[in-house]
Amino acid sequence: MAFMPFITAGDPDLAMTKRLIGELAACGVDLIEIGFPYSDPIADGPVIQASYTRALGRHLHVHEIFSAVKEVTGGKSAIGGDKEQGKSAAVPRSSAESSPTPVTVSPVPPLIAMVAYAIIFRIGNEAFVGAARDAGFAGLIVPDLPADEADDLAGLCGKNGLELIPLIAPTTTSDRTRRIIATARGFIYCIAVAGTTGVRDQLPPELSQQLQWLKSQTELPLAVGFGINRPAQVDELRGLADGVIVGSAIVKQVAAISTDGLAPDQSLANVATLARAMVAATHRTK
Amino acid sequence: MSSSAPGAAVVEAASAQVPDAAGRFGEFGRRFVPETLMHALEQLTDEYARAEADAEFHYELDDLFKHYVGRPSPLYFAKRLTEKCGGARIYLKREDLNHTGAHKINNALGQALLTVRMKKGRVIAETGAGQHGVATATACAHFGLPCVVYMGEEDIRRQKLNVFIMQTIGAEVRPVTSGSKTLRDAINEAMRDWMASVDDTHYIIGSVVGPHPFPMMVRNFQSVIGREARQQCLDQVGRLPDEVIACVGGGSNSAGMFYPFVEDRSVELSGAEPGGRGTRPGEHASTLSYGVKGVLHGSYSYVLQDADGQTQDVHSVSAGLDYPGVGPEHSYWKDTGRVRYNPVTDAEALEAFHALARLEGILPALESSHAIALALKTAGRRKPGDVVVVCLSGRGDKDVYEVARVEGLSI
Repeated sequence: MAFMPFITAGDPDLAMTKRLIGELAACGVDLIEIGFPYSDPIADGPVIQASYTRALGRHLHVHEIFSAVKEVTGGKSAIGGDKEQGKSAAVPRSSAESSPTPVTVSPVPPLIAMVAYAIIFRIGNEAFVGAARDAGFAGLIVPDLPADEADDLAGLCGKNGLELIPLIAPTTTSDRTRRIIATARGFIYCIAVAGTTGVRDQLPPELSQQLQWLKSQTELPLAVGFGINRPAQVDELRGLADGVIVGSAIVKQVAAISTDGLAPDQSLANVATLARAMVAATHRTK
Repeated sequence: MSSSAPGAAVVEAASAQVPDAAGRFGEFGRRFVPETLMHALEQLTDEYARAEADAEFHYELDDLFKHYVGRPSPLYFAKRLTEKCGGARIYLKREDLNHTGAHKINNALGQALLTVRMKKGRVIAETGAGQHGVATATACAHFGLPCVVYMGEEDIRRQKLNVFIMQTIGAEVRPVTSGSKTLRDAINEAMRDWMASVDDTHYIIGSVVGPHPFPMMVRNFQSVIGREARQQCLDQVGRLPDEVIACVGGGSNSAGMFYPFVEDRSVELSGAEPGGRGTRPGEHASTLSYGVKGVLHGSYSYVLQDADGQTQDVHSVSAGLDYPGVGPEHSYWKDTGRVRYNPVTDAEALEAFHALARLEGILPALESSHAIALALKTAGRRKPGDVVVVCLSGRGDKDVYEVARVEGLSI
């Protein structure tokens, strides 16, 4: 399985964001989601929302995020082969014996921008996708852009070598799921719980059933997010999912710099501890 | 699934046959929401279409309007206000006389009745000034539904009276402490609740905003205002009005007032936007006059945003107009030229508040005072035979503390 942590760009500042990307890369994570702070994030719980508010309170701008990411990537996306088949090199299907560990041309794993459509639309679909490509992003997740409205952006992403990652929720009907995966590329982001991002005590029992059904419908890797925060949950998902996403639990460690006066070095160490444990749990074969 | 990017529509004359099945008013509207909500919105669209086609649903709603709300609300000739202007005759559509004191009850009852039909057992709502919260709490009390109202901490402080009323009626008022702590954050929080509760909960949104089908559904429930006013004008004056005026925050009373007149091309339609205390960002909430096209709260419309798509702070003396977005149909009406939108300043609204109080013995809500202020300006420029109908969307009792505070008085 792949481990895919989420961090908020610019919390508490972009210097820390760059250090976090380096630290997570050193821990061996398979992909990093970079959250673009937005003023009205409907899908996010209190932890990520507060990180967005802090970053915007310091007047973070989108072009600054792109510049910072470009410094880390050198403008090159780490995503590798298999693109013609629409598969993500970052998240190999766990069941596919023939898919080896991803080949990364850079020590930085693929970076995916998690960004509200309000931001993309205002900057312009084409301009935003171009800037994301130039910064070295491998793809986009747009949590408030349902597949029904995504054709234009998906086309632009395709032309620019980016993957537009589709989301499937516990409430998505099988009809909708079939329509969504028909045009999907990269991997499928499976939302584990109906609700917002944030730590949950347990994953819903219906999740494994939904993942099993999804696996029968698509060749694409399945990554599970929302509510996941610890290695024990990885075992529940082993054999069902190809990757897990952890957001709030990591953002919380970084938030402590602002909320509890934690030293940035200590925050980085805490993030690394969690990331290493998650990498160990996900990369274990049994 | 096919779509084009927003922003490439041909401008035509405004039609009343909007939105289409995808929720488009021209290029505006549609659905920009997390996947988790898509099924609920599709379900709601179907259930609402069935209710619309069901005579029984209309019978029940009309019965509530008549016996519980006190409809039809009168169309009142404001003689002394007319004399003061020295121009067109001014008529007021008295939504302030509805039960709970504003037009909000029309939509709250419609959606609560729909909630019962959908067999959902819980209602959530957002509120800014508290009028929609009170209306929803009232409708829920009538139907025996549990009700949670999200309200910004800042608005709770400004509108204590409505908080007390909601709680007395049995609603739980949940303070929202995130972001600007006002209406837009209350909408965010209600949406978050709905993401997790969508199976058994209906979200009664209070204006013609949000993802499809909300803008269409709320407009239709509020259209009783315009239908009545149109017929009353024909009955009392003998012809259609020359101009219809309403205030526009999110835009629900104005959408309900304007919609039945959209295809009456001789009738001018004018919206009064909250002009606040200036034209710079943060000093007003005139989304249509000063905003840009963008996405907010699940819908594509005009918005007040910075160059990165971040929502800007807004200001209005009226808490109910204090919103950085506007219903997508208003954006459609603006771009087709069917409705003209004009900013009205805080000071002009306060002057109109006092004018109506003294000349007619009617205390208007500060929201509605914006429409009165615009009417005072335009009626004076019109011929004495002309007829201007103004939507008096709510009564001003809730605003007396705020007016006193602004004017340095104490109650």
